[in-house]
Amino acid sequence: MNIQLVWLVPVLPLVGFLINGLFRNSLSKGLTGIIGSGTILLAFVISLLIFGQVRQEGFEGTVVTLFDFISVGKLHIPFAFQVDQLSTLFLLIITGVGFLIHLYSTSYMHEEEAPHFARYFAYLNLFVFSMLLLVLGANFIILFIGWEGVGLCSYLLIGYWFKNLDYGNAAKKAFIMNRIGDLGFLIAVFLMINQFGSVTFSEVFAKASTAKIGVLTAITMLLFVGATGKSAQIPLYTWLPDAMAGPTPVSALIHAATMVTAGIYMIARSHVLYDLTPVTQGVVAVIGLLTALLAATIALKQNDIKKVLAYSTVSQLGYMFLGLGVGSYTGAVFHVMTHAFFKALLFLGAGSVIHAMGGEQDMRKMGGLRKWMPVTSMTFLLGCLAIAGIPPFSGFFSKDEILSAAYSKNPVYYGVGLFTALLTAFYMFRLFATTFSGKFRGTHEQEHHLHESPSAITIPLIVLAILAVVAGFLGIPAALAPNAHWLERYLEPVMGESHVAEVAHGTEIGLMALAAILATVVSLMAWFRFKSKPELGEPSGFGKVLANKWYVDELYNAIIVKPLDLLAQLLVWVEKNIIDAIVNGVGRLVQYSSRQLRLLQSGQVGGYVLLMVVGILVLFLVELFVKK
Amino acid sequence: MPINYYIFLSVALFCIGVAGVLTRRNAIIIFMCVELMLNAVNLLLVAFSKMHYHALSATAPHAGIDGQLFVFFIMVVAAAEVSVGLAIIVMMYRNTHSIDVNFLNRLKH
Repeated sequence: MNIQLVWLVPVLPLVGFLINGLFRNSLSKGLTGIIGSGTILLAFVISLLIFGQVRQEGFEGTVVTLFDFISVGKLHIPFAFQVDQLSTLFLLIITGVGFLIHLYSTSYMHEEEAPHFARYFAYLNLFVFSMLLLVLGANFIILFIGWEGVGLCSYLLIGYWFKNLDYGNAAKKAFIMNRIGDLGFLIAVFLMINQFGSVTFSEVFAKASTAKIGVLTAITMLLFVGATGKSAQIPLYTWLPDAMAGPTPVSALIHAATMVTAGIYMIARSHVLYDLTPVTQGVVAVIGLLTALLAATIALKQNDIKKVLAYSTVSQLGYMFLGLGVGSYTGAVFHVMTHAFFKALLFLGAGSVIHAMGGEQDMRKMGGLRKWMPVTSMTFLLGCLAIAGIPPFSGFFSKDEILSAAYSKNPVYYGVGLFTALLTAFYMFRLFATTFSGKFRGTHEQEHHLHESPSAITIPLIVLAILAVVAGFLGIPAALAPNAHWLERYLEPVMGESHVAEVAHGTEIGLMALAAILATVVSLMAWFRFKSKPELGEPSGFGKVLANKWYVDELYNAIIVKPLDLLAQLLVWVEKNIIDAIVNGVGRLVQYSSRQLRLLQSGQVGGYVLLMVVGILVLFLVELFVKK
Repeated sequence: MPINYYIFLSVALFCIGVAGVLTRRNAIIIFMCVELMLNAVNLLLVAFSKMHYHALSATAPHAGIDGQLFVFFIMVVAAAEVSVGLAIIVMMYRNTHSIDVNFLNRLKH
């Protein structure tokens, strides 16, 4: 496989988007599904072939330049793709998980009418195209194009059922929150152009050490602002839970597996800059940690199955930022990968449940679904075990890598991180127990319709479950087996030598054992507590604060939305009463004066003559008296 | 005869003409008043022409002649105007059976 052909990977989904988008009124559902999924499958195959080359020892990252994109003065921005270990790994995740989710969607969205079905697949393909552009771009501008593209597709897909006003508002919220972050990103890019005269990764990173530390800190902080928007971190995370308005496969693909990890990819990609700015690193770590903790506490009291998963995603993304902040870039990317598998699995499992429940998302109305949906419940359980960090499932390894890096940086980080991990285990098993065990609490009619989902849904579940179980073995920590960390060796050409101070192997094994035992205990606790007695009532006291998401939405409403609203009202008043008044006044003046002047045109010939005579007299008098 | 008398007569004729045009409604009388105004001007022109001739004839044998030329022009124009104006009045009479100018208010609509 020639590396130069890498452009095929993003172009295939683009072709799928064009066909499905342009001919959506004439394509049948079957054909739409085949085009939509097939292009992604082909892209996956090509990515695999590229991966086959990239993984070989001694492969150096190559830049594939397609054409000159922007050329102004001394600034040259080529349209170029960066093919190296990091981008290839993301290619595999995006196209692989993307294909499974496309396959799943063919069944999940089958009740939509054909044109809307095709619209869905067109958006989904466009999303994959943008995401691939994002990870393949060899400079910040191409990355930004993809960055905006995925934001647009996220908006379009959250608002897919646009006839529901709430869904439309959720879509707008996601778009606007992202826009705030994107502004930071753009300013960072402008600063880079100003400082380095280039936005190409290799050039910027080579010149980075020559820049002043203040400027560099500003650039990295602004890039991080962009990442908080896209990857749902404090303070811009509130859009992600609302984004659950979209169809469930969309939540799985965009809001769990791929788009929200764009921020992590971007920071891992520019790790050279972050290594030079310890201040930003500290901020990244603290924000990540706080987000992880905050989202995990909120997830404890949510009753909507998708909301729990959404907050868990925010929390896991916080983990990844913690990893980036403490310098464990490999750990963060590792967690991106395992998270993509188990969180996509959990979302798709939730989708399967919602499908069977006829659209019901409230866990309190589920229960005992294990009996009817063995495959879904089995795979869901594996996903829960993986996210809860129970060995030997994948989440354990990736989470442990981040936690041990956090420990070497600051034990407090480790403590909070571990506590969050236990919360994660607790709410995930609360979710699992409430949904799949106990008695069925829905209506009789729903019970009648309960069924295991068709194979187009269960096959992706099974594949993802296998990946969620085994993916952890790609990163076995050195403390357990030296040189078994395949991912670290694989990513070394991009990430360089590990930046994390080694923790003594004995300590690390101790920490791992502690985390594993505690996670298991907490999981079992949650399981036994909610197995037969789920929380059905409304929460009270502190639980109510958590159920209401710490009132963050209300807070934002009060300190940002309301004042802006007032300002807008004031400006509306100014517009109506001052600017409009001036414009209308001019018009009214002309109208009034013309109405008055019209009276002169009476049609009375005598009147005209009189005026004429008066005019002559006036001229006469002027001539006689004024001129001298 | 001093020029003052000519001026007074001419102004008087002109004012009679103006007053007639302003106050009368009969188109023919208005017409006549217009002629009166024109002729008041003619009279004035001839009078001034003569005055200039008397004052300057010693040095300029043709002094003031252009004033009289103007009078001829005005007479020609007035004759043309009369022919057009009378034609309009005739047409007006045919249409409205009246020569009252107030009927021409309809011009407005």
